[in-house]
Amino acid sequence: MSDSTSNVAFVRTEQIPPSAPPMAASGPVKWVKDNLFSGVFNTILTLVAFYVVARFAVFVFPWFYNGVWDAASRKECLEILDGVNGACFAVLVDRWDHLVFGFKYPPEGYWRIILSVVLLLVAAAPALFSSLPRKLLFFTAFYPFLAFWLVWGGSLWLPLTILGLIIATLLIFRLISSEISVDVRKLVAGAIGVICGAGLAYLLFIGAQELVFIANSVGTEGLVSTVAYGVFWIMAIFAYVFCIPMGIFVGYAIFNSFEDGGLVSIVASLLFAYLAFSFLLAPIWMALNAVAPIELPAVASRDMGGFMLNMLLGTICVSLSIPLGILLALGRQSPMPLIKGVCVVFIEFIRGVPLITLLFVANVMLAYFLPPESNFDLILRVIIMITLFSAAYIAEVIRGGLAALPKGQYEAADSLGLDYAQATRLIILPQALKISIPGIVNVAVGLFKDTTLVSIISMFDLVGMIRGPIQNSTEWTSVYWEVYGFGALLFFVVCYSISQYSQWLERQLNTSHH
Amino acid sequence: MTTLADPHKESFKLSMLLNDTRYRSLTFQFIALVAIIAAMAFIGGNLVRNLAEAGLNISYDFLGAQAGYDINQRLISYDSQDTHGRAAIVGLLNTLIVAFLGCITATVIGVVAGVLRLSPNWLVRKIMSFYVEIFRNVPVLIWILIIFSIMINATPAPRAFRGDNATASMWFFDSVAVTNRGVYLPKPIWGTGSMLVVGVFIASIIGIFLFRRYARKQLFDHGKMVPTLWPTIGLFFVPAILAQLVMGSPISLDYPELKGFNFTGGAQIRGSLIALWFALAIYTGAFIAENVRAGILAISKGQTEAAGALGLRPGRIMNLVVLPQALRIIIPPLISQYLNITKNSSLAIAVGYMDLTGTLGGITLLQTGRAIEAVLLLMMFYLIISLSISFIMNIYNNSMKLKER
Repeated sequence: MSDSTSNVAFVRTEQIPPSAPPMAASGPVKWVKDNLFSGVFNTILTLVAFYVVARFAVFVFPWFYNGVWDAASRKECLEILDGVNGACFAVLVDRWDHLVFGFKYPPEGYWRIILSVVLLLVAAAPALFSSLPRKLLFFTAFYPFLAFWLVWGGSLWLPLTILGLIIATLLIFRLISSEISVDVRKLVAGAIGVICGAGLAYLLFIGAQELVFIANSVGTEGLVSTVAYGVFWIMAIFAYVFCIPMGIFVGYAIFNSFEDGGLVSIVASLLFAYLAFSFLLAPIWMALNAVAPIELPAVASRDMGGFMLNMLLGTICVSLSIPLGILLALGRQSPMPLIKGVCVVFIEFIRGVPLITLLFVANVMLAYFLPPESNFDLILRVIIMITLFSAAYIAEVIRGGLAALPKGQYEAADSLGLDYAQATRLIILPQALKISIPGIVNVAVGLFKDTTLVSIISMFDLVGMIRGPIQNSTEWTSVYWEVYGFGALLFFVVCYSISQYSQWLERQLNTSHH
Repeated sequence: MTTLADPHKESFKLSMLLNDTRYRSLTFQFIALVAIIAAMAFIGGNLVRNLAEAGLNISYDFLGAQAGYDINQRLISYDSQDTHGRAAIVGLLNTLIVAFLGCITATVIGVVAGVLRLSPNWLVRKIMSFYVEIFRNVPVLIWILIIFSIMINATPAPRAFRGDNATASMWFFDSVAVTNRGVYLPKPIWGTGSMLVVGVFIASIIGIFLFRRYARKQLFDHGKMVPTLWPTIGLFFVPAILAQLVMGSPISLDYPELKGFNFTGGAQIRGSLIALWFALAIYTGAFIAENVRAGILAISKGQTEAAGALGLRPGRIMNLVVLPQALRIIIPPLISQYLNITKNSSLAIAVGYMDLTGTLGGITLLQTGRAIEAVLLLMMFYLIISLSISFIMNIYNNSMKLKER
């Protein structure tokens, strides 16, 4: 057979090599044809888009390319440009410090800010990338204290003492909950029960007196006042009646928990923390500082400004609002109507009003609700309100995560005999938080952008610096595009990187099989 | 046999309040209630003391006092002799205007950008993702300020329109003037009989709905395709224009005219309103574009392929198969974007547009010093707006939802 075919002259013995595809069906030509000119409509679209891009480029590139980087004022810029279309980037060079650090932060302390930003990246790394060694998390836990010292200055011993007292509190919790024997714990629980019961009864009594005071000052003129008067009196009577029974009950409850040690160890450590922070903190850090002074020049909160203030508000408020948001979300899922109701009202109220009104509250209203002798500065009040604001949004995101968990997870945790705290901590939250990470990151990015709103209540963040000291100065009046463009660029770099990270993390955490 | 007997009735013990799941939640709630009352006592006591110290009281009488400031952009009549309460209402209307305009424009921008992000055209796709990323990652306040600067600095002054060698010219047959003091548009003057024209116009819109319903019924019952596009367009324009002509033009237009150094006549829209409106629309449009894209991508490819197998053309696949299903996914995030626009419209204070925050939370607050009352009222207004928007949109959402048994 093979012989006969090989002898036939017109049959090929080897395969023809495939010929190259025609020019129109391969390479860049095909790509352009498919992607840009695949039909009449598409061609028109491409031409229009190309025209828009070209118009934009023709205007922006010379503006950017001709930009003046070295001038002392806008007038000088215009002289150098001499009628040519060009930017005046000299404002960024001239006012760089103001844009980034604000105009009051001492220039010799700029390294502290830069160092704390670098360390922030180091501290955030183990939390962001799970492949890094877990031991780095110790540095993450230590970072807030270090950053506080670096940014605000003062004595290093203050944050260190706070850290020490927190560790001591945790040790006491551990000691009472698992180290000591039941007999000893019974004694401790009895003592703490008596102290707490008496303290609570006293607090409630004070509260009742306060309510009577409020009711009397509201008075009974008009319908609204009369109703408020009645409500306050009812609450006061409630508090009077229950101050002793509540004290006894809570004291008994603390004592009663001596067998498993749960409640008594929590209460004892909280009590210790309260006493330590009121009476031990100041003497200890001052004594340590007298022995070995490690100090940086102190900077007041109102001297923070520029992009640094946005970063400060962003990081502090996001990290504070995540735990608060988790609590609110759990509260909203709770079967207890009162707790659920409080959480729902809080979340819906905060989500229904603009952030700017909450900043007004921080600016002009919050001081009325705090004790007269307390002296919270504006930045602290703003941090409180922004934290509450973002906590409500984060709570909604986490609630979505909790709702997305299959019911079987809750039932499985119950069937293993875990109590609520254990089930939440070990089964529910790890999964729910994983689902809600993209949402939390979105809220964090939105919050970081919203920190620019503080410029409206005349704080000098990046936008406040631009609108205030820079545009009002004689040198740089009516400079707009360069400074706003720079601000937009800074925010874009930070927010875009965060959202890219979130997308990467989503792919990493995707354990489903498809 | 004793073991089979009913368990004996447990007597109530105090420890059961803590250890028995039947009572524990009640105990916790009771403690929470006491804590809430204690917190209220603390806050309220501080408030009363601080107010007494500052010599203030809580009173809403200032709403009836004379405001004494002017509002340049307003929907209802107002002058500086009017009360603070009326100023707040003018501000509220201004908030609603900018929110309404912003929502519509943002939806249009967002849907167009979202669909174009999925376009087969590489250049358009890239431009749209560039737009979305740029606008999503920069604070809206900066966008408002940038667009406001454009409105103020990149537009000609009214005097540039003057003279023979004017450097600027009006648009659309000398009817629209874009200046750094705002945009001047022709203003309709409602003459006698204009109500009839408006009535005819409303009637023709109702007619359009009835016609479309009829066309749909024809399609479903008899399988007949009744063309709808051209009749709709005709119904929309023809009757109203006819009525206008027959009645002898009762609705006339007042064109803006350059008199001296400024424009007079016509309707002036301030640069601040345009900046706020446009910035909110284009910023939120970027978010809506992402929602739209996600909604379209969530529709499985099989739907498109099945529609293609039935012989539908691409445009019809989008309109009849993909979009109705995608809409269900898009609407809930769209509601929250509308709420965001309404809340972000409070940034008007940064460009001097007198919305609710600018009047009640701005000048009124500063003039009267009634910080607590003004801020509480401000929050209440926004809360009511937000709750009503989400209520209405939730009704719409429920009507669109897949009916499940």
